[in-house]
Amino acid sequence: MAQIFSPRANTFARIGIGGAVGLVIAFTWTWNTLYWSPYATWVGVPREQPVPFSHKHHVAGLGIDCRYCHTSAENSSFAGLPPTETCMTCHSQLWTNARLLAPVRESLATNIPIRWNRVNDLPDFVYFDHGIHIHKGIGCTTCHGPVDQMPLTWKANTLYMKWCIDCHRDPERFIRRRDQVFNAKWQAPSDQQEEGLKLLRDYHVNTTGQLTNCSICHR
Amino acid sequence: MHEDPSPSDETSLGYPSELLAADQSYESVTETIASVVLTKPQPRVWFFGFAIAFSLLMVFLFAVSYLLLRGVGIWGINIPVAWGFAIVNFVWWIGIGHAGTFISAILLLLFQQWRTAINRFSEAMTLFAVACAGTFPLLHLGRPWVFFWILPYPDTMGVWPQFRSPLVWDVFAVSTYFTVSLLFWFLGLLPDLATMRDRAVNRPQRLFYGILALGWRGSAVHWQRHQSAYLLLAGLAAPLVLSVHSVVSFDFAVAIVPGWHSTIFPPYFVAGAIYSGFAMVLNIVIPVRKIYKLESVLPMRYLNNMANVMLATGIMVAYGYFIEAFMAWYSGDIYDRFMMFNRAFGPYGWVFGLLMLCNVIVPQALWSKRVRRNTASLFIVALFINVGMWLERFVIVITSLHRDFSPSAWSMYYPTIWDWATLMGSIGLFLSLLFLFIRLMPMISISEVRELVAEPWKRKARA
Repeated sequence: MAQIFSPRANTFARIGIGGAVGLVIAFTWTWNTLYWSPYATWVGVPREQPVPFSHKHHVAGLGIDCRYCHTSAENSSFAGLPPTETCMTCHSQLWTNARLLAPVRESLATNIPIRWNRVNDLPDFVYFDHGIHIHKGIGCTTCHGPVDQMPLTWKANTLYMKWCIDCHRDPERFIRRRDQVFNAKWQAPSDQQEEGLKLLRDYHVNTTGQLTNCSICHR
Repeated sequence: MHEDPSPSDETSLGYPSELLAADQSYESVTETIASVVLTKPQPRVWFFGFAIAFSLLMVFLFAVSYLLLRGVGIWGINIPVAWGFAIVNFVWWIGIGHAGTFISAILLLLFQQWRTAINRFSEAMTLFAVACAGTFPLLHLGRPWVFFWILPYPDTMGVWPQFRSPLVWDVFAVSTYFTVSLLFWFLGLLPDLATMRDRAVNRPQRLFYGILALGWRGSAVHWQRHQSAYLLLAGLAAPLVLSVHSVVSFDFAVAIVPGWHSTIFPPYFVAGAIYSGFAMVLNIVIPVRKIYKLESVLPMRYLNNMANVMLATGIMVAYGYFIEAFMAWYSGDIYDRFMMFNRAFGPYGWVFGLLMLCNVIVPQALWSKRVRRNTASLFIVALFINVGMWLERFVIVITSLHRDFSPSAWSMYYPTIWDWATLMGSIGLFLSLLFLFIRLMPMISISEVRELVAEPWKRKARA
């Protein structure tokens, strides 16, 4: 009886088996890489906005405090986006004819808010309170990155659960004094570990594991 | 060891002394088994059976699709009975999947030659039963598409599976079991696949079996490696028979619910698993043997041996029931005592009664040699046992949950049409795979039966 397979069949079989294993590895690697890349996370990608608002200009250049526009950052679950009127406190006097600001003037005239594109948006199944983070000494830049250096705002962190929980597990690595929370230039001191542990005690941050309880965020 | 002095064909303990009819030759064995797949037209029963099984499979597909669309709310589960049919079916199927490895590995290591005629079949059955079992915990998840969260991998959530939970052990136990069973089955199939390749009557058949046979030539080196690999895998698989269902039982025993929290669970679950596994093998082997006229390679004495194993494991299971009741009384714990009372006389008392009938009373018929040696009666007893083992899991899961510590949290559980459709559908999945297996693979190990022909002294069973 003639042979069913030629000697080449062995090679095909080996390539097939090796290829199948390789394919699984390649797929896993690609999937993982994509998932952590800006393609999925948008980290470091400046977002288009209806008005090209520059935090760099307003914060670093003019020295406007975060809370001037994000009024509810300290006391609400949502930091808040400024209404058009907030822009107009200055821009009714400054750059009143700038073409760049036409959408702002139109918004004021028609009473239709500007549709800003959210840069930092948590999923709806997460309970998140912005105010408590401010009160317990988590600074703006810890989560939002160097906002004062952003001509167009980008997302500084993935907002993946791993990122949240990395801080919730060891908050002493990030906590700072309350009077430094809005300081965009703040750098962690060399004794952050001791300082952080002291601040956790001072600010009554529960370190018994409550912060990593599922229902602290998933209620 | 005991040599049978009498001229009869069995030893004093009822084991067969000769396992294969004396007039069998290599050719007759090979022809009997291989022709079913290669040359003989499939009997009408096959098409009829496959049509029914496939229709049930479509019911499964429909039920699962609707489940994915609407969520687990379509089932009868509620709080407190959060574990409904899905878990009952899971434990039932995984139990059925125990006979394969028991027959293949443990009986191989114990030199029980009568396993040769049924090991291939029961291994295939094991694989299909474990496949059915595996679907249920996933479907039960609520969001089955993220099932992989239970595996340890570098995820975006920064959490790790809870390794103190038996539910995580389950994942590893069941997937290990499936992998080892698959390898064991395939390794055993190799020489037979080569036989099929060599006897194939057309090119597609030759290619199909040729690829699967991995270039097996039957040289002495091949056989030597095959045999050591087979024994090694058997050694690996044997502890799994005991471990897998023990781990499944931990899902219950580690919890504190009265009726679950019991140290007898692991051995009692393993005995029950082998019990139902053998019952399922019998329920399938008896019709197949009849339809394909395999009486020559699958003599009555083998069925008798399986009946003996069922009788033995059945008594162990009955002992488990007794000890559960005894411990409930002996513990003096009001919750345990109430659980037992509620189990027997509560709203699901009739299920418990049926369970006792199916699993304890009916199998006692197996003490009679007449029952063991009659395919019809054996089939019926095995059917009772399969139903009984399903009822056992229903009793454990549902009656324990529906009334636990706090009467304010008590509730009834009523399965919906979707619960039944998924159960029936999974039987369709199982039978469809089995019908395809019968159609495509040699359902009895040709090489091992030929070994019995070549080495007639092995046919002498040990008493």
